[in-house]
Amino acid sequence: MTRYVLRRILWGILLLILVSALTFVLFRILPTAEPARLRAGQNASPRVIAELRVDLGLNKPLITQFWLYMKGLFLHGELGYSYHSGASVRSLIFNRLPATLSLTIGAMVIWMAIGLPIGILSALRRRSRADRASMGVALLFISAPEYWLGLIALYLFAADIGQIRVFPGAGSYVGLTEDPWKWFTSLILPWLVLAAGFAAVYARVMRGSLIETMSEDYIRTARAKGLPERRVVLRHGVRAAITPIMTIFALDVGVLLGGAVLVETVFDIPGIGRLNYDAITHADFPIIQGTVLLAALFIIVANILVDIAYAYLDPRVRYS
Amino acid sequence: MIATGDPSVPTDDPLLRVEDLRVSFSTEDGAVKALDGISYELERGRTLGIVGESGSGKTVAALSVLGLTRADGALLSGRISFAGRDLLTLSEGELRAIRGNQIAMVFQDPLSSLHPQYRVGAQIVEAIRAHQSLTKAKARAHAIELLGLVDIPDPARRVDAYPHELSGGQRQRVMIAMALANDPELLIADEPTTALDVTVQAQILALLARLQRERAMALVLVTHDLGVVAEMADDIAVMYAGEIVEQAPAERIFTAPEHPYTWGLLRSIPTLDGPREQELTPIPGSPSSPLAPPSGCRFHPRCPYAQPEHARTEPALLPVPGQPDHRVACLLAPEERRRLWRELA
Repeated sequence: MTRYVLRRILWGILLLILVSALTFVLFRILPTAEPARLRAGQNASPRVIAELRVDLGLNKPLITQFWLYMKGLFLHGELGYSYHSGASVRSLIFNRLPATLSLTIGAMVIWMAIGLPIGILSALRRRSRADRASMGVALLFISAPEYWLGLIALYLFAADIGQIRVFPGAGSYVGLTEDPWKWFTSLILPWLVLAAGFAAVYARVMRGSLIETMSEDYIRTARAKGLPERRVVLRHGVRAAITPIMTIFALDVGVLLGGAVLVETVFDIPGIGRLNYDAITHADFPIIQGTVLLAALFIIVANILVDIAYAYLDPRVRYS
Repeated sequence: MIATGDPSVPTDDPLLRVEDLRVSFSTEDGAVKALDGISYELERGRTLGIVGESGSGKTVAALSVLGLTRADGALLSGRISFAGRDLLTLSEGELRAIRGNQIAMVFQDPLSSLHPQYRVGAQIVEAIRAHQSLTKAKARAHAIELLGLVDIPDPARRVDAYPHELSGGQRQRVMIAMALANDPELLIADEPTTALDVTVQAQILALLARLQRERAMALVLVTHDLGVVAEMADDIAVMYAGEIVEQAPAERIFTAPEHPYTWGLLRSIPTLDGPREQELTPIPGSPSSPLAPPSGCRFHPRCPYAQPEHARTEPALLPVPGQPDHRVACLLAPEERRRLWRELA
């Protein structure tokens, strides 16, 4: 097990290097604007631009640039400096991470708390009216784009432009340490919007998985023991049906920690996603590279955690 | 002993009496009659073998006693009186108090019947604590004791094994230990050896026989294999297409069977003393569809002795002349049946 995890971690590091090489090359090949020109402004003279190219290290061969970047990353944890503002990418990311963490963790709690019970009840009352209704609504939320849901939510409930002004609107995010209550209220709408689609997916996956599990022989055994149905469902059914949920859960959280671009943009939350979005509009390559690496890191870590969790959830799983 | 039932019920009443039990399931293709009015009795400490092909309703007959077909939305009618109480009229809660307690069950495939994610000890402890208020430590000690009782070597260590870490035979022993957790009066074993290797089958049957003797349990042994019940059953009920077609003390079934279907079952058992090249005689055709059972005698499409009117008349399960314990549902005349069996045997 330990050896397996170590090997996975080594592979993860290799994968990260590959991901950074790929983004590095892609952004140099793609016809984006010349970073030095962007930095220098519209009317800069060719001499200024040439000097900036030297400053930013763009005059060196691509392979040297990549080597310097990797060296900075692995030796000093440096991710370079923004072409646009000159700020350290590492500190930009660290400044933005709390907002993304707040958004992701809150939404995660909500979608699990809503999605799983609905999925379980739907599975147990299969083909009932409640099942059909909740699965219909789930389909609606799965199909609805996040930004559209976000705009609808703002239109309906935002304190500034809403029809029923209950929740703070876009751009109201405050850090948790600054004002916990404002932090909480400002995130209610984004949490709900982000959680809606996930809750719907989780309800459907949970339903399908539990329906399958409840027809297993060991469920019949549990009933034959004379256990209360509640215990049969939760301890025997859900315990086995939760495995596929764990897989998508870890991956979803991994992806979201890399930045929920759409929701952060619609609600103007200063998170990783928003940082990424702004960087793309400014062709600010070091930031994009940094956020892509961060997202890749979260996904790789999530994958390793899923595998470890599997071994704990299911004693039949053994890694060698 | 747990006091159950109505004190007005005489004590010489059989432990289990099933009367005209009918079970049907509604499916998208229409109602499926899994059991079409079966009746049998079982005394304390005795063994009843229920024999039939897949689809004959024998498993439904077993599950229905425990109310386990309720979860599948089955419609039940008739009476299942156990120790004087009609199980069909009990609420889910009342039935739950009996399940795994006074009536326990062992299933066909022990690998799929044990929860793969819990240690076997935990699963037995759960069964114990479902009906007895014991501390976890005491229940665990009892679980180890039960594992020893079913001849699992090194039970104090095996109690912490997961099902996949045990062999097929040991898994079935665990299932049996779990069934015995609350000292049941009736044990229902549904094809308990079908999923096991032949050598292990004999060991499990011997174990069941020993436990039944030691604990004076009544045993219902459901199987497709007459060979399995030959040694163990006191009485045998042969089922076909949701009905009991023949019911008799075991030795009568083997020495003087009356129903052509029973003859077919007996002739498809391989024997050691017969010539080696002798081929087994299969029963022609396949079991009838429970969605559209044949008219008249349900066995008539496969019966080599069927007469045209057998497709119209339904046979009743009636005692064989001179043998009140031996009942058969066959339209052939008794003398005719005896003559045919003499020719076959």
